[in-house]
Amino acid sequence: MKPFAYERPTTVEEAVALAADGGTYLAGGTNLVDHLRLGIREADRLVDLTRLPLDEITERADGGLVIGSGVRNSDLAAHPLVRTRFPFVTQALVAGASGQLRNMATTGGNLLQRTRCVYFQDPTTPCNKREPGSGCSAVEGFGRYNAILGASEDCVATHPSDLCVPLAALDTEVVVVGPSGERRIAFGDLHRLPGDRPDLDTTLDPGELVLAVEVPPLDFAVRSRYRKVRERASYAFALVSVAAALDVHDGTVRDVRLALGGVSHRPHRARIAEEALRGRPATPDQFRSAIEAELGAASPGEHNAFKVPLVRNTVVDVLTGLTEGSAA
Amino acid sequence: MTTLEPRMLEPEAPAAADAAPTGHDRMRVDAPAKVTGTAPYAYEQPVEEPLHLFPIVATIALGRIAEIDDADARALPGVRLVLTHANAPRIRVRTDAALTILQSSEVHHRGEIIGAVVADSPRVAREAAALVRVTYDEQPAELGFSIDDPRATVPRRVNAFKHGSYERGDADAGLTRGTLVEADYSLPMEFHSPIEPHAVTAIWHDVSALRPRSTRLTMYDTNQGTGGHGALLAPVLGLLPTQIEVISPYVGGSFGTKGWPWPHLVLVAMAAKRLTGRPVKYAMTRQQMFRTVGHRPASKQRIRLSVEADGRLGAIDHQSWAPTSRLRSYVDQTVSATRMMYDVADLRTIHHAVVQDAAPGSFMRAPGEFSGMFALETALDEAAHAVGVDPVDLRVRNEPAQDPETGKPWSTRNLVACLREGADQFGWAERQPVGARRDGEWLVGLGVASATYPNMYFVPNRAGVRFTGGRYVVELQASDIGTGAWTVLPQIAAEALGVGVDLVDADIGHTGLPWAIPAGGSVGTFAWGDAVVAAARKFRRTHGEHPDEGDHVTATGRMPRGSRGYSRHAFGAHFAQARVSTVTGEVRVDRMLGAFAAGRIINPRTARSQLIGGMTMGLSAALHEEAHLDERFGHVVNGDLAGYHVAAHADVGDLEAITLEEHDPWFGATGAKGIGELGIVGAPAAIGNAIFNASGVRLRDLPFTPDRLFDAWGQPTASGTRATSP
Ligand SMILES: Cc1cc2nc3c(=O)[nH]c(=O)nc-3n(C[C@H](O)[C@H](O)[C@H](O)COP(=O)(O)OP(=O)(O)OC[C@H]3O[C@@H](n4cnc5c(N)ncnc54)[C@H](O)[C@@H]3O)c2cc1C
Ligand code: SF4
Repeated sequence: MKPFAYERPTTVEEAVALAADGGTYLAGGTNLVDHLRLGIREADRLVDLTRLPLDEITERADGGLVIGSGVRNSDLAAHPLVRTRFPFVTQALVAGASGQLRNMATTGGNLLQRTRCVYFQDPTTPCNKREPGSGCSAVEGFGRYNAILGASEDCVATHPSDLCVPLAALDTEVVVVGPSGERRIAFGDLHRLPGDRPDLDTTLDPGELVLAVEVPPLDFAVRSRYRKVRERASYAFALVSVAAALDVHDGTVRDVRLALGGVSHRPHRARIAEEALRGRPATPDQFRSAIEAELGAASPGEHNAFKVPLVRNTVVDVLTGLTEGSAA
Repeated sequence: MTTLEPRMLEPEAPAAADAAPTGHDRMRVDAPAKVTGTAPYAYEQPVEEPLHLFPIVATIALGRIAEIDDADARALPGVRLVLTHANAPRIRVRTDAALTILQSSEVHHRGEIIGAVVADSPRVAREAAALVRVTYDEQPAELGFSIDDPRATVPRRVNAFKHGSYERGDADAGLTRGTLVEADYSLPMEFHSPIEPHAVTAIWHDVSALRPRSTRLTMYDTNQGTGGHGALLAPVLGLLPTQIEVISPYVGGSFGTKGWPWPHLVLVAMAAKRLTGRPVKYAMTRQQMFRTVGHRPASKQRIRLSVEADGRLGAIDHQSWAPTSRLRSYVDQTVSATRMMYDVADLRTIHHAVVQDAAPGSFMRAPGEFSGMFALETALDEAAHAVGVDPVDLRVRNEPAQDPETGKPWSTRNLVACLREGADQFGWAERQPVGARRDGEWLVGLGVASATYPNMYFVPNRAGVRFTGGRYVVELQASDIGTGAWTVLPQIAAEALGVGVDLVDADIGHTGLPWAIPAGGSVGTFAWGDAVVAAARKFRRTHGEHPDEGDHVTATGRMPRGSRGYSRHAFGAHFAQARVSTVTGEVRVDRMLGAFAAGRIINPRTARSQLIGGMTMGLSAALHEEAHLDERFGHVVNGDLAGYHVAAHADVGDLEAITLEEHDPWFGATGAKGIGELGIVGAPAAIGNAIFNASGVRLRDLPFTPDRLFDAWGQPTASGTRATSP
């Protein structure tokens, strides 16, 4: 790790100015510090965000939530409004990492954490994301965690976040500020597919600071569920995960939100499946054909082919469970 | 036969002060220091003005270093030394190629140590190491192996001096009798991953150049045996064993990785020599723990066996293939347990090794028995299923009256009692037919497997007893790697001295003590115990019941006379209840029970830790552990604890160990056998067999991850039906 300057601004303006001047944002540090140590990232100047006034969760007049980017994962998971209105957000958070990590990790950092692709984290192997043009070691390498949707020849990595999966299912917006002012980004537009620029995870401009995540109200999200699949019962990244909220009336799907983790370079909103379900009977067969339609575009490799039936089974199980819950 | 009284190993209240010293619970004497963080582990030993080392490692699998450009590293403020093959001290005794580092430009495996930076702080050392630019002339490396690999050879001997191949009767003829069961099994490369990574501080003491024999090297290390380390390192460093002082009082786990000196110790000693007088410290990173400190080699095995309708085995042909490093040969004794486990007249067992351009493997908890018994005990379950005999009964029906390999009588063998008692306590009778038990989305099943571990006590040990300050101190080079030696050696000594255990202390973990073998092969308690008993008795003979301050003896403990006339092993049986999600293919283990007959239990508390620790590690291997060696590069690519999963708390359900009363005089004076490794052997097979009972899916490759279930669900099963997931 190279020596770096360490700044602790107390206002957003200061932080943005320091970043514009060659600074790198540091939040909980649970991802960034690892990367500095591993030598896969360098920073001359760290701009610590934890003294900024961004650690509040506030309720909007319409019942939605504004979550400051500095809110710790543990605090977000424990918040009464999150637990009651968006239970799958709490479920996703507590399914992630460990208690110690969640106490450090922030909302902003969680959104912007980088892939866990083993080659990305190993500076001695080629990786287009870390070193554009060097090649992708994962396509023909250790592939169990690789993407099945939206991957490119240049990168098959997945986005590792749990929190982002329910956030993708909700029509969340991300509020950011940079040298040229503040803007709002629809959650689905924040993370990119790799294409031929896998070095870019997101559409943020250099130096842009995430201020908050805004979650609009969604009444039926009170009945939502996050299911994470992994071979270790805790403290492991997802092989795949499913976040769903379901609104069933008289046995018919009135509305649904469905997003998948562990399948793509970005949290994957399953819009094809959602569309295929609206107005249809809430039955396991319908759920199955809807998710199969979504997975029609899947292009798995040798080591991650299991993810296709795994996602299918998990989606059917989660939606069926939510249906039974609503009948009760 | 003696009647066996099962004993539940649950933590009890510590024994009353007047209780017999052994056979009762004793709390770990080192626990307060450990839990308060005051026990000095290798890296925490206080030294004056230390310097810090960080290694430079090869990023090719085979070839030569063309050039090392260290100008930037040298220019970094705080850098004291850049050590490479160009300036390293010469090594004259080159008996172990893995320790013969920095002697040429050759690279033998990726991750091999090719240099080091020493600096004023760990951070500068690491940064400088990253600034060293190395260019190579690369050659194609040989990596990867398979069953029937044409390059394979059969070693004459494998680990623990076992024969590379062994046959009796006529295996081919025997295989034609009864039903043939034939399958291939595999285990991935596994890493010891103790909680405390390797760490060392070396001080090459300043002495007169005119008197080289007065040179001394002090190493604060974390290892399984200070004397062994000193003896093996001395010639490499051009010293006599008496010139090396190795100090290792506390060891944060090992499982074999700290049983043999690895090249980083030579590296740090070389740096210390160049910087005479200054302590040089090095704490290995977790990533480096996957490079040059050994691992359990991967293995692929083929078993063919025949079984009669009544469950009697006809013949077994068990062969294994494993990689071995060109640098230092190491082959697990994978098929050796098959030679003595069951009453099989016609047998063929062969180890095959395939030379690779990879880092050397080494012993890891129950080397050989662990891998081989996974395959054998799974195959036995397949045999039981094939002929419709209960898996417990099948094992009982093949119980040999004496060791079928050597023809010797057993010293004690209570496998049948373990199977029967374990079955009873576990509720084996509730086992349902395959696929019959369902709990929501989960299929639930029970499985069983046998465990065994041999006596590995081969050399005598020495121990001392000293009387000082009104207390007795038992002294020997033993090492407590978390097993409880600090606690049980005083118990053994107290019993032999006829005093209360609170009057006895231990002094272990450094070279200034009587010679004892490293903690390995599960022999510590009974082999060191022999020496302790011998010293205690000699002490009483020499100094009587009322010794004077400073009275001291040393004595040698030897294997009981006549013990070689017996076949000596410990046995056990694992029972597991596993559940398989029909939705996700996830496997969870609800409960496990291990029943063990392992001689006298000196301290039930530490024994329980060892046994359930072994079972937990077996569970971890069954469900999680898998290092992925990328053959394109030559190194493990998931080499950290986020990528290489070991069981977490949530994975461990209800775990119980029971021991059966057993006293075996042929292991040693204490009547105890080894328990450190017994608990892991067979555990993954019990879980895999439970998965089969639950789901009808036979998994023969560790670990049992969801992708393997989906692979199986995608294929017709052996019985021709299609196992499906909804
Ligand atoms: C062993 C381990 C296991 C884990 N398991 C899981 C898991 O199961 N599920 C899961 O979801 N996560 C898991 N994580 C990841 C963890 O959730 C992330 O590391 C964490 O959320 C990152 O948050 P942070 O505040 O520490 O970010 P940092 O490490 O401080 O920052 C991460 C990145 O975000 C940038 N950044 C941070 N805040 C802002 C902001 N406000 N504006 C702009 N840029 C910003 C930083 O510059 C940096 O590039 C695990 C991590 C570890 C180490
Ligand atoms: S998948 Fe992406 S992150 Fe992984 S090696 Fe390829 S380019 Fe790098």
